[in-house]
Amino acid sequence: MTDRQDMTTPGAKSDGMMSPDVAARRVAASIGGRRQRERRFKSYGLIAIGIALAFLVILFASIFSKGIPGFFQHYVTLEVTLDRAKLDPAGDLSLQSLYDGDARGAIRAALYEATGASGRSGRKAAGKIISQGAEQRLRKAVIDDPSILGTTQSMVFAVDDDVDSFLRGFISRDTPEADRRINDKMIGYIDQLVADNRIEYAFSDYLIFGSASRNAEMAGIFGAFVGSMLTLSVCLVLAFPLGVATAVYLEEFAPKNRLTEIIEININNLAAVPSVVFGILGLAIFIGIFGMPRSIPLIGGVVLALMTLPTIIISSRAAIRAVPPSIRDAALGVGASRMQTMLHHVVPLAMPGMLTGTIIGMAQALGETAPLLMIGMVAFIVDVPGSVTDPGTVLPVQIFMWADFAERMFVQKTSAAIIVLLAFLISMNAAAIFIRKKLERRW
Amino acid sequence: MNSFSVALAVLLIGFVYFILGTRSAAAARQSGSRLHSLPHHYGLYAGMMASLPALFALVVLAIGDDIVFNTLALDFVPDAVKAEDNYKEVIVLAQIANVVAGINFGEQPQWVNDAAAAWLGWADTSRLIKTMVAIGLAAGGGFLATRQLAPDFRSRNAVERIIMFILGASSVIAILTTIGIVFSVVFESMRFFALVPVSEFLFGLTWNPQFEGAERAGSGQMGLATYGSVPLFAGTFLISIVALSVAVPVGLFSAIYLSEYASPRVRAVVKPLMELLAGVPTVVYGFFAALTVAPFLRSAGMNLGLDVASESALAAGLVMGIMIIPFVSSLSDDVINAVPQALRDAAYGLGSTQSETIRMVVLPAALPGIVAAILLAVSRAVGETMIVVMAAGLAANLSLNPLDAVTTVTAQIVTILVGDQEFESAKTLSAFALALTLIVITLGLNFIALQVVKKYREAYD
Repeated sequence: MTDRQDMTTPGAKSDGMMSPDVAARRVAASIGGRRQRERRFKSYGLIAIGIALAFLVILFASIFSKGIPGFFQHYVTLEVTLDRAKLDPAGDLSLQSLYDGDARGAIRAALYEATGASGRSGRKAAGKIISQGAEQRLRKAVIDDPSILGTTQSMVFAVDDDVDSFLRGFISRDTPEADRRINDKMIGYIDQLVADNRIEYAFSDYLIFGSASRNAEMAGIFGAFVGSMLTLSVCLVLAFPLGVATAVYLEEFAPKNRLTEIIEININNLAAVPSVVFGILGLAIFIGIFGMPRSIPLIGGVVLALMTLPTIIISSRAAIRAVPPSIRDAALGVGASRMQTMLHHVVPLAMPGMLTGTIIGMAQALGETAPLLMIGMVAFIVDVPGSVTDPGTVLPVQIFMWADFAERMFVQKTSAAIIVLLAFLISMNAAAIFIRKKLERRW
Repeated sequence: MNSFSVALAVLLIGFVYFILGTRSAAAARQSGSRLHSLPHHYGLYAGMMASLPALFALVVLAIGDDIVFNTLALDFVPDAVKAEDNYKEVIVLAQIANVVAGINFGEQPQWVNDAAAAWLGWADTSRLIKTMVAIGLAAGGGFLATRQLAPDFRSRNAVERIIMFILGASSVIAILTTIGIVFSVVFESMRFFALVPVSEFLFGLTWNPQFEGAERAGSGQMGLATYGSVPLFAGTFLISIVALSVAVPVGLFSAIYLSEYASPRVRAVVKPLMELLAGVPTVVYGFFAALTVAPFLRSAGMNLGLDVASESALAAGLVMGIMIIPFVSSLSDDVINAVPQALRDAAYGLGSTQSETIRMVVLPAALPGIVAAILLAVSRAVGETMIVVMAAGLAANLSLNPLDAVTTVTAQIVTILVGDQEFESAKTLSAFALALTLIVITLGLNFIALQVVKKYREAYD
């Protein structure tokens, strides 16, 4: 520190020797300004933190204010006459027979009765009130309980997304009829349904159990959620063992030579490669050269595993390094081989740290979008994937796709899906913090 | 049997050999011979020798068979088809694969059906080969290993050598990934540069890959599609500048406050809250930018009489800046904390105030680390994808006005490569060339950051 000895006190000029009195006067004269600068500097820091936290609050407030209503939607209750001959013409309750049957007609009839709609245009307007998913729901009810055939049941159906937006007040009555997606007739019917207490605002089961759909009122995240879980499990199964094995090798066994040095530089560089590049790797190698199909969670998981590997390796190495040498020495001293020392003592002790790193890596993978777009997981897939080789999509990609749709209701459903995703991510990170706090030993 | 059940069978065989090996070693010990290792090492050796080579062979065969099929299937393509102008192997193979999968779009030529039929036959043969090879290797390998087992066989050492080999092989995955990235990007880029000169790509001022279809249809106007990447890099640069002018002051000053002024309690609350910003997925930021920030900026601009594009660089950059704040602040926090307390104490001892100490002692000492943190933040901003895809738009304007709509390298890569691509067209290939430059830039920034830290780091001890 010899080069710092001649550092001058701020505020005083080093113009030769100075009597203590003069120096004291100068300090006293400057102290007010210096204190003010001190306060100003400190306030910069506070303002910066304030800005950062304000951004956080605005982000979450904007998503939650849009997303909470997304968990709910409007339903209408109708008295549906379930005529056996009309709904199940073949009479064997098979899917084919139910699809041939006139479920739509039964629902429409109930709707006309409830609204009193008559005439061609009136019926057309009334028909637009109810979601296209209603027929599907009716068929499912019949399959679940065939004994309701031949009776009149009170059933609950979702309303169309435009009607939902109207009921929420996003579509104003004052807008000229030509400019809104709901005409005056429909408004009249909706008012009547509301007056009859047939409309309810309830928790949206479509959001949780529905799959991708172009109809906003029927769209849900179930398919994407299953896809996310499949992708994430492939990622975990590959990345965790590979990451831990690499960390163990590099930290404990690798000879210090050129090759290991290259591997280490490589891992650090991989951590800095933009995620979209991993998508290109997946596209070119797995789909291009190996000829694997697009859109499947298997490739998604492999790509995400390669992407999270550096995170897991780096944190696992830190965890191994934190195990004190005395543990190794003790094991070696009682005759364990180096491999036994490692597998029986060091790795179990480093496991909490390795798990923390792995959970953080998995949270990263769960929120990742760009590489999965590259390998085609952005396709519109209605079926829920049943295995890692079925085409599917994942939550963040679903959010990306919904964000493009213009319907007002999609904005809310997107925000609701974001809330679900954030809930998972935050609980994963909380689990990582918990494991670190509870299980990690301080030596 | 499909590959998965073959793998299960192989593991089962390995387990049987494990039991057999352990049992025979234990029996030998019972009958009084001195074992070199513990009984389960003998079992492990037999089990590993049975299943590992078989699993490896299975994986290689499973990956390799499609490649072989593709080459074989190309023999079915008649010469007349090959001679056609727009003949592309990939399209032909996709045609055949569709028929194999039972998807038929209209009437297929006879040779496609022939190839598909042959393909199904090969698939059967390959399944049989996979099953026989894997099970044979497992049974044979296990048998040979059991024959080796004798009380003085150094089975622990053998098992440890195998484990060591597996550990070493795992660490090579990192290198393979890098090689894979380089291969997937470099070859396609070279093909792109055969179509479009490097100088046009690097210095051209217009980016307009849209007319590829017209070009392929034989209009003969090669000049229509232009691949000058300058607007893309200018856009990336502009958005990064906006992002950094948000993230650097906010991140740096929060780090200073948190490490120098804040009480431990404030720090314990604020730091995790700021890191929450880092945990938010980029697609959420993109949604926020596109649906909340961009409309807000647009209406605010209108009130001020400014013309803000609905997909302005400002909106994307601002939100990207929010995303990078925790990155800058936690990296700067680390370097500021690494400055030894003795330096601060010395400055206080000379009568400086806390802010004077920070500005004149702590920050200069931490400067290399802070510069490195900023460079890493730049590399983050350049490589960020979802925010710009959702909020920055696709208009390749050459503009340095943050209120205009610009596009970025990553946004173009995503738009070109998502969905149905025109096979082997210059447009598709251009995405790989963009990716190559992107990798070079981010790795370059990383390298410089490391060099800065290495060169200017002061060792305090």
